[in-house]
Amino acid sequence: MSRIEIRNLHASVAGREILQGLNLVLPRGEVHALMGPNGSGKSTLSKVMAGHPDYAVTAGEVLLDGENILAMEPDERARKGLFLAFQYPSEIPGVTIANFIRAALQARLPEGGELDAVEFYQTLYQKMDELEMDRAFTARAVNDGFSGGEKKRNEILQMAMLNPAYAVLDETDSGLDIDALRVVADGVNRLRGPRLGALVITHYQRLLNYIVPDHVHVMVQGRIVRGGGKELALELEARGYDWIIKEAGLTVTPEPADGAAR
Amino acid sequence: MSGTADKPDLNLEVEAGNFHYPEDYAYDAGRGLTAETVNYICDVKRDPDWIREFRLRALELFTKQANPTHWASKDLNTLDFDQIRYYLAKGQQAKRSWEEVPEDVKRTFERLGVPEKERKFLAGVEAQFDSEAAYSNIKQAVADEGVIFVGSTEGLHNYPEIFRPWFGKVIPSGDNKYAALNSAVFSGGSFIYVPKGVKLKHPLQAYFRINAEQFGQFERTLIIADEGAELTYMEGCTAPKFETATLHSAVVELVALRGAKIQYITVQNWSANVFNLVTKRGLAMEEAEIKWIDCNIGSRLTMKYPGVVLQGRKARGEVVSIALANSGQHQDTGAKMIHAADETTSNIIAKSISIGKGRASYRGLVRIPRHLRGCKNNTVCDALLINSDSRTDTYPAVSVRGHGNSAQHEASVSKVSAEQIFYMRQRGLTEAQALSLSVNGFVNDLVRQFPLEYSVELKRLIDLEMEGSVG
Repeated sequence: MSRIEIRNLHASVAGREILQGLNLVLPRGEVHALMGPNGSGKSTLSKVMAGHPDYAVTAGEVLLDGENILAMEPDERARKGLFLAFQYPSEIPGVTIANFIRAALQARLPEGGELDAVEFYQTLYQKMDELEMDRAFTARAVNDGFSGGEKKRNEILQMAMLNPAYAVLDETDSGLDIDALRVVADGVNRLRGPRLGALVITHYQRLLNYIVPDHVHVMVQGRIVRGGGKELALELEARGYDWIIKEAGLTVTPEPADGAAR
Repeated sequence: MSGTADKPDLNLEVEAGNFHYPEDYAYDAGRGLTAETVNYICDVKRDPDWIREFRLRALELFTKQANPTHWASKDLNTLDFDQIRYYLAKGQQAKRSWEEVPEDVKRTFERLGVPEKERKFLAGVEAQFDSEAAYSNIKQAVADEGVIFVGSTEGLHNYPEIFRPWFGKVIPSGDNKYAALNSAVFSGGSFIYVPKGVKLKHPLQAYFRINAEQFGQFERTLIIADEGAELTYMEGCTAPKFETATLHSAVVELVALRGAKIQYITVQNWSANVFNLVTKRGLAMEEAEIKWIDCNIGSRLTMKYPGVVLQGRKARGEVVSIALANSGQHQDTGAKMIHAADETTSNIIAKSISIGKGRASYRGLVRIPRHLRGCKNNTVCDALLINSDSRTDTYPAVSVRGHGNSAQHEASVSKVSAEQIFYMRQRGLTEAQALSLSVNGFVNDLVRQFPLEYSVELKRLIDLEMEGSVG
């Protein structure tokens, strides 16, 4: 029961169907990679799972520990334990990282519950040290004026603080240099264990050298067309995606510009 | 720190203020405004002749002047001056101890938490209930330094030698229609004098409460900081939610003599039936500093443009303004900076938030005449729109002449984006919590300038406004 199960998921944005009958199982305690060519709908899947209002689900289910979450508000899904590390995290001017994370934790407490401030800062500082983030960061406004690497670290910091049961990491490697990539990957690896199920979305195999997946899903044209072990990622790196598309009986279409189907 | 930070320190929220007690007044001037009304008020208050003349002259000015609807909201025309009650009081003399305050009035202020705050962090408190102060007191140590903190009536009766030279000088009765109205029928408000060199460590606070329906509250405040003196004054305002229009029209005059500093902080949360038409202005002499921190939440229409006349060399003026307009509300606020001496500087920071169909307008007047040297003004005004039908306007009037004077004006309008809200909701915050956090972030740099007790209260008020705005 402890898993996310996606069944026959169809979803569209602005009248265009992006997810076309997607099936995927992510057990808690495992790290899966989701790979696929640009425009295959990887980011759309993450947004649909999190409940972004621009995406319309036309069929299918997303079961979180057996419960369909598709009718839930985005914040309710989050409080159920679903976390999305954004590819392009939003800026929140004037709201410090510390206050933001605190508000998010506070939102998970029962009515009238009060967060222990001392404990909160202890945990926060410890996680920041692990992510090699300067403590001065706590006083900076969320993502406001952050570099690409700082934004991604901030996403992982929030994930570490919120302790989700399931996390979807959307192209967390994009825009990172090799040092930042290592730090971010270390951050994810530290959270690995029986209490976390993670879906790591990436276009490139590079990240998977650092976060070694238990399973690899390949997504093409809104569906999962193939699955396999970590060696599948290496094969994709070497041979590209065209052979998989052909094997799946689909036609190879030229790749749209990066992010066109976000 | 979270243990105490979220507890209400000043109960200014509308729900907490939405109660009233049956009316039982010893003094009632009736409805409508004539010379007779003014004479009734003078008789009851035993005004000296010069005040009676001052009032009657102001009444003429009020009657002569039209509502300024050629530039201001036409909503002003819905005020029916014949239906308003101009003076309602239980007694004339403010009490020095809460035990002597009439039971229902005492209960009102207890429910609003005023006596508790007084014990905790205030140097003095005045609590006004409809037309007159019910309670007024300062700590003995403060009184021993020669500080005067009394109601306006007591000020003009007992301290005419300080009161009279400045009264009506910063804001003449004819300044605008509502300043004239206040000058004709004023009652209540504070008179404060801080002697030379005395620097008050703790704030003085006034609390204005409207209890009666179809009533006008016209408090009059005059604050004089003598040379080198320093003080912070805070005021909070509420009224119950009545169906009919209620009018609050105050006049506040500040005088900062050479090297003095006055900080005047307002957090008002009037209910949505209140017309809040207030004139506030300070006179800053040489090297003196006047700072208005003005926070407007609630009311149906607020028109308020705190100003500083920079009268002496190197005087400084500042207005920090936060306005929050929800559906059915129009916050027409801003600032005036009149430079009248060399090397004077002024700063205006105004932030407004429009929610739903709410409308926030900024009006700024900055004047630096040709003959002055080395004057500077800096104006920043930022607007945040929450919904697509929210509205904001900016009307700057800047006149800077002469060489070596400078003025800077920056304005921005931003909208809370759907992506930003989604991002926060993905972290587990409800839509209302997300909006509230965005708004608090937007005003965060200004709120930090408030004393802690007020910034906590302000945050809570914003939370409440945002809760109500999510459908």
